[in-house]
Amino acid sequence: MSLPESWAEGQELPAQTYRVTRADLVRYAGASGDFNPIHWSDRIARSVGLPGVIAHGMYTMALAGRALTTWTGRADAVIEYGVRFTKPVVVPDDDTGAEVVVAGVVRSIADGQAQVDLTVTSGGEKVLAQARARLRVAGGPAVSTRVP
Amino acid sequence: MALDPSFVGRSYPPTPPYRVGREKIREFVEAIGATEPAYTDPDAARALGYPDVVAPPTFPIVLTLAAGQSVIDALGIEYARVVHGDQRFAYTRPVVAGDELVCVCTVEEIMSRGGHDFLTTRVDVSDAAGAPVVSVWTRLVVRGDA
Repeated sequence: MSLPESWAEGQELPAQTYRVTRADLVRYAGASGDFNPIHWSDRIARSVGLPGVIAHGMYTMALAGRALTTWTGRADAVIEYGVRFTKPVVVPDDDTGAEVVVAGVVRSIADGQAQVDLTVTSGGEKVLAQARARLRVAGGPAVSTRVP
Repeated sequence: MALDPSFVGRSYPPTPPYRVGREKIREFVEAIGATEPAYTDPDAARALGYPDVVAPPTFPIVLTLAAGQSVIDALGIEYARVVHGDQRFAYTRPVVAGDELVCVCTVEEIMSRGGHDFLTTRVDVSDAAGAPVVSVWTRLVVRGDA
């Protein structure tokens, strides 16, 4: 995969595929502190009009965030990152779960920063809209006010 | 049931400092399946120029979700009816282990449309020195009766 130093406007970034199971949602609920029952109870999810248990939007956003750091090769790449959750990722109660595919295009690149537009789908349907990030692709660490 | 629009513009008192732990970052990193060494290995983070392990970009939701809970409670929102509408993070610098972070939550917008209510909050996260770290916008959709 090409390093961000060689990225160009319009460049497509290699799609990343992630799998989401109910077990992942349970683990994410614990790690994030988001225990909304629509992410673990079919009964409650259906009672509010959802087709069944859905992934935390923030879990999908975190997966797309993984793509950002994979593409840039740096853990501190993200300067700005925003998404709109347009369609829930329904996660069936089975061993395979749901698949989330994250694709990206470099919209602009200048001054060591890149704007990337993301396309995030599950089952062939877009689950995020207006998914964009501004990434640090060159230079040293972001300013830290603390010293070791 | 529409949300009370008089909450718009309200800011809540700063939260008590949240100390970011290496192991909390690791737990979050494992939950999202990330593998960058700088998330879990202090030496890898120091090689990038950070004092300790770096948190993934969506990690601040751990703090801001709790900071926004008081608004959800005050507005009388039933949590099972809440779905996430929009989310955005704007960073001054990454969160690192050892940070003591304080959140100030402000209600930016309340509106109703199509039988649903929308609540937008901004949480400004700063460090122990009072320096900004990240601002976090969350838009929640409170689903109307089906």
